[in-house]
Formats: sequence, C-alpha cells, structure tokens
Amino acid sequence: MNLPALLDCVSSSSCVVTQVSTGLIIGMLLFLVASGLTLIFGVLGVINFTHGSFYMLGAYFALTAYRVSGSYFEAVIVRALGVAVFGVVFERLFISSVYNSNVLMQLLVCYAFILILDDVVKIVWGTDFQTMGMPSTFALPPIHLFGGFVPPFYVFLTGLTVAAAVGLSVLVNKTRFGKLVRAAAVNRQMLACLGVNTSLLYGAVFGLGSLLAGAAGALAAPVRSMSPEMGFSILIESFIVTVIGGMGSIIGAFFAAVLVGIIRAVGSIGYPLFTDGLMFAFMALVLLVKPTGLFGRKLA
Amino acid sequence: MKKVSKLGASRREFLKSAAATAAFAAVGGLARSARGQSKEVIKIGQPTILSGRVARLGESSRNGAQLAIDGFNAAGGLNGRMLQLVTRDSKGRPDEAARVVRELINTDKCSIILDSEASSAAFAVQEVIRQTGTLCMHACSETTSLTADPKIRAANAFRCARQDIHDSIAGGQYAAQFVKQQGLKRWMICSPDYAYGRDVSALFFHFLKQNAPSVEVVSETWPKLFAPDYTENITKILQVKPQALYSALYGGDLVTFIDQGNLYGLFEQLTLFDPNMADYTTLEAVKKLPKGIHSGDRYLSTFPATKANADWAAEYQKKFNVPPINWSWQNYVGMTFIIEAMKKTGSVDSKTLADAIRGMTIDSPFGADGKITMRTEDQTIINYAIGWGVIIPNAPYLENIEPANWNVILELEKDWKKKKGYI
Repeated sequence: MNLPALLDCVSSSSCVVTQVSTGLIIGMLLFLVASGLTLIFGVLGVINFTHGSFYMLGAYFALTAYRVSGSYFEAVIVRALGVAVFGVVFERLFISSVYNSNVLMQLLVCYAFILILDDVVKIVWGTDFQTMGMPSTFALPPIHLFGGFVPPFYVFLTGLTVAAAVGLSVLVNKTRFGKLVRAAAVNRQMLACLGVNTSLLYGAVFGLGSLLAGAAGALAAPVRSMSPEMGFSILIESFIVTVIGGMGSIIGAFFAAVLVGIIRAVGSIGYPLFTDGLMFAFMALVLLVKPTGLFGRKLA
Repeated sequence: MKKVSKLGASRREFLKSAAATAAFAAVGGLARSARGQSKEVIKIGQPTILSGRVARLGESSRNGAQLAIDGFNAAGGLNGRMLQLVTRDSKGRPDEAARVVRELINTDKCSIILDSEASSAAFAVQEVIRQTGTLCMHACSETTSLTADPKIRAANAFRCARQDIHDSIAGGQYAAQFVKQQGLKRWMICSPDYAYGRDVSALFFHFLKQNAPSVEVVSETWPKLFAPDYTENITKILQVKPQALYSALYGGDLVTFIDQGNLYGLFEQLTLFDPNMADYTTLEAVKKLPKGIHSGDRYLSTFPATKANADWAAEYQKKFNVPPINWSWQNYVGMTFIIEAMKKTGSVDSKTLADAIRGMTIDSPFGADGKITMRTEDQTIINYAIGWGVIIPNAPYLENIEPANWNVILELEKDWKKKKGYI
C-alpha cells in the first residue's frame, strides 16, 4: 500500500477532483450494464450471462451507425434500441423456454449465445479490433476544475447515466408499467390471473435490460476499442456490482457501481498492486456482512 | 429347342467375373500408382491469436508465414513435397496454446511448429515442444528470457523475433540524448502487466540509466493485458506529473490508451516513449495522433530504406491487401530459416533441421546489412534492423530514424547476461 501517495492525493484538490471524477466515470458505465442485469434478475429470475454480449453488440451497432450516418447521438439512440429489439427476440425465442429450468440449463443457453454472438461479430465485423474515435462534438480540451482534469465527453456520459438512473427509478416506482413489473417480480401467476399479459411484460423487461447494456456499449465506443469477446470483461465487473448492490436492486447497483469505480480510481494511487483484489475483497466482505447485498431486495 | 449348356452359362459368368476382376485390379493399380506419385505434404503447425484485441498478430503472422511457404511451394517444395500451414486460434491463453500445440503435433501430425504466440503463451508452448522434441520457431515472443535463460531454452526451439533487450539497449541509448537535451529526468512507466511488459520496461530503464544516470522512475502503473479501460492509469499519470512516460503497450491496447489519454490532454504534458508505436496497425487506427511520440521501428517499408524491403512490402500488400507489420516479417523470416534448413539437409527431421538452423545466416531485406543470423549460443536472431525516431501522422510515419549499432548492442547484451548469470 502506498500510503504517502494516498495522503498526498487526499490533501490535493486536483487529485481529489480527478480521482473522484474517474471513479464516477468508471462507475457510470458499470451501472448502465449492471442495472440491466439486476433488472432482468429481479423480475425474471434469470441470471443473464449474455448481458456482456449485448454490451458488445451495442458498441458494434453504434460503430456501424456512426460510420453510415456520421451522427453519434443517432448512433447511440438507434443502436441501443436495436439491441433492445434483439433482447426481446432473444427472450421470446430462447430464454422464455428455460425460466423454470435448472440454473445450469439457463447458464448453458446463455453461454451458447455468448459463443454464437462472438462468432457472428467476427464474421460481420472481422476479428481485428475496431475504433470509432471521438465525435467532433466532444473533441474538446479537458475541463479544469480545482486543478483537476475532466474530459467533456465524460461529463456528458455521467450526466446521461444519472438521467437514465433517475428515469429508470421513476419508471419502476411511479408508473403503471413499473407497478406491473414489481408485481410480476412478486407473483407472476397472480398477475396473469388478473389478465395481464405477463409474456409481453417479461419481453419488455428483458428488452429494457438489453437496451441499458447496449446503450453502455454505444456510449463507451468512442473511448474503448472494440473486439469480439469484449463483453466478457464488463460482464464480470457488472456481476460484482450486482452482487455488492443486491441482486434485483437498481439503486443498489448505482451505489455499488460508484463504490467500485472509486475503489479502482483510488486504488491506482494507494494500492496499485491490489486494485482488482480489493474489489473482490470488498464483495466478499459485503457477502459476509449482508449476503443479500447493500440494498438487497427486489426492485428497491 | 436348343439345349442350354450349364457349362456355357457358367463359363460366361466366369468370364464376366474375370473381366470385372481384371478391371478392378487395373483401377486399383492406377490408384496405387497415383498415390505413390503424390507426395505427402509437410505440415507446419502455427498456434496464434486470431481473435480479441491483438487478432492482427495472428493474421499478420499467418500471412507472413504463408508468403514464405507459397514461394517455396511454387519453386517445387522439398523434392516435390509441399508445405502446408495449419493455423489454430489459442485466443492468447497459455493453457489453450499448450492444448492447441499438442493437438497440432498429435492429431494434425505437424512436423514443425511455428509458434506465433505472444509471450504469455510462448512459454507454455516451449514446455510442450521440449517434451515432444518437435522443432519450434518462436516468431512473436520478444521476452528475452525465452532464449537467454538456459533453464528455459531448449535445443529444438529457436526465436525469430526482435528481443526486448535489443530494443531496450537501442531505445535507452536513443532516449538518453533527450534526457540531456530536454532535461527529462522524472519518468514514469505504464506497461502491460505480464512478462513482456515487465521485462522490456525494466531493461529500457536499465540501459537508459547507464547512459543518463540522472533519470529517476518516480512511479509505475501496470494495467492488465488487454484491459478495456485505462482511465485510472491515465489519471494516476496526471497526478504524478512525470516529464516522460515509457510504455510497452501495443496494438489495440496502445490505441485505446492514446485515445483515452487524448481526452485528458495527457500527451501535451509529457513525452511518450513506446517501442511499439511505429506499426501500421496502430498508426492507422489512432484517430488523433499526438505529436512528438518517440518509437522504435517495429516494421516500416521504409526502414531499412532498401529496394528489397520495399519490394517485399509491396508483394505482401498485393497478396493480402493490408500492409505488413512487425509479426509479418518475423514469421516470414522464421519460415525462411526452416525452409533454408530443409533445402540444406533435404530432411524434415526436427533434430537435423535444428542442427542446420543453429548458426545459420540468411539474406534478408530486414537485416541491418541485408543479412540476419540465428545465433548459435542462444538460438535467437541478431542483426535485424532496429531504429528509433519520432512519430509523424503521415507516411513514412517515423522520421529522424537513428539505426542501432549492433556492435554496441551485442556488447551490452553480453554484459547484462553475465550479470544475470545466463552466461
């Protein structure tokens, strides 16, 4: 542990600004992916291991759309919706068949599609890495804040994610759709008996979760190179976030994502050799103290 | 009514059967003759990375090897026996690379292994071929210990790739002049956290400090190999505020690092030295190339500035529709050594070929003076072209190239190996 470096950082406004903003940046992308994952688990009871592949598809769809249209905003919106549609189709055709099956069967189906989607990406876009580049709208010098550096693109990304988090919370807690979703999470059969088309509802929830993952991939595309199998790395981290925050809890996913982001940002200064280990150690601690996660109840 | 002779009928049947048998025998004989005339192919197994962030490593390696093989086959092969390249994707994982190599040798019956793995998997491959005794040419791994360390070296394994110690000696000497001219004393390291990244970074600073003792490494950050995000590493660099940064990132990792660093204006605040920047893959993928990056040459069609090099690059481009890169020439030369050994010995026996390759010198457009030698003592190539210069955004991409002096490299390398106990 590099305590002197950590103390130096804490006593410097520029370091605090930069590291906190770094933590938020890392956390926001993680939240987008993890919120979709936790939403799907909370309502459908399925651990969607293909979630990382949806992130990958979002990135590649956005790349193609950007190359065709030249508009980044259009690329993000349209392609996130594209991944949502794909998610609905995937849920209706495949996942719906294994809702009541053993979790190993669900894992098998998801893993099969991870391999299939990776190969589809290789065939369509090639095996080599691809880059989008920063859209001209955001090709600006960093913002100086109390001596720290914050890129404008990351300000946009953070703001958009916070807006998405608020929107999701309102959707789940304040709308009729949200009520139905929460009811379905408690007792699907009763909801069906009350005349609600639960199959359609399930498809919509899966589509919403996929949209969030696809949006994350599209938003990250300007700053991260894309390659087949890129979904795996973010899948692992989003599972950590979901476990820490509580499976099925969106607000839990938000706080956990920010915590993980801060751990990584501060870790690079204070304990650079153990940053990843610390993340897992924190997860283990949460599981020991509160096995259901920090906010561990469905759709809290 | 005519009496049908049973004997007659039987005779007809006999004659029919005999004719059929003779026909089958003739066809079978022709087939046997045809089989005897067609020669068995010589299979070269190539484990490599064909997916993920460094998929271009595998593609370029395969292309480079295939170019050499096609030339040899077009000239008649080895007494009519053609070479066939069998390429498999290990995804860069050491366990997978070891499994793939065993499969290439045991199932695919490959006589020779052209190992086009990055260092992380090359060491795993080394252990497999040590057990099997199969001739192996490592054509991508640059970690010095693979051949320098006698405990790791194997009699049937060779390296035809640039080495981190050679690049580091050349880079250290090159960078030292900027330390003196521009006062670059505070340095930081940001290299991938695996054998190659650690070794090449340590070696670079070992030789830089020999030439510029005032240099101080004030901090280090070690992102994981193929990490998707370098934000935390970049912000740490910003906090430390070094004057110069050394990085051994390459390929897609380097592109991501530069793209993300540009967001923070990182490269306006320090001078970057990276031995892997001058590579067509990276240069063409980076959307906004920062000014003033210092890099080793990797592969450029303009260095060495010879017709042979330019012609080879043109031939490669024409055949594969992409420019050659570092792994292309290394695999091409690796296959060239194998082919020359086959021509010399007329054999595909691993030990016979290994004895022929050891100490061999070949003509090569990539040699510092038109030749490359497979050094006997540690079975690795020397005298290939190495140069450092400044990156520019357009072709030829590297300017003010300073070619390395191989006499100096060999002398310093020898001293270093003595200190490490390798000799």
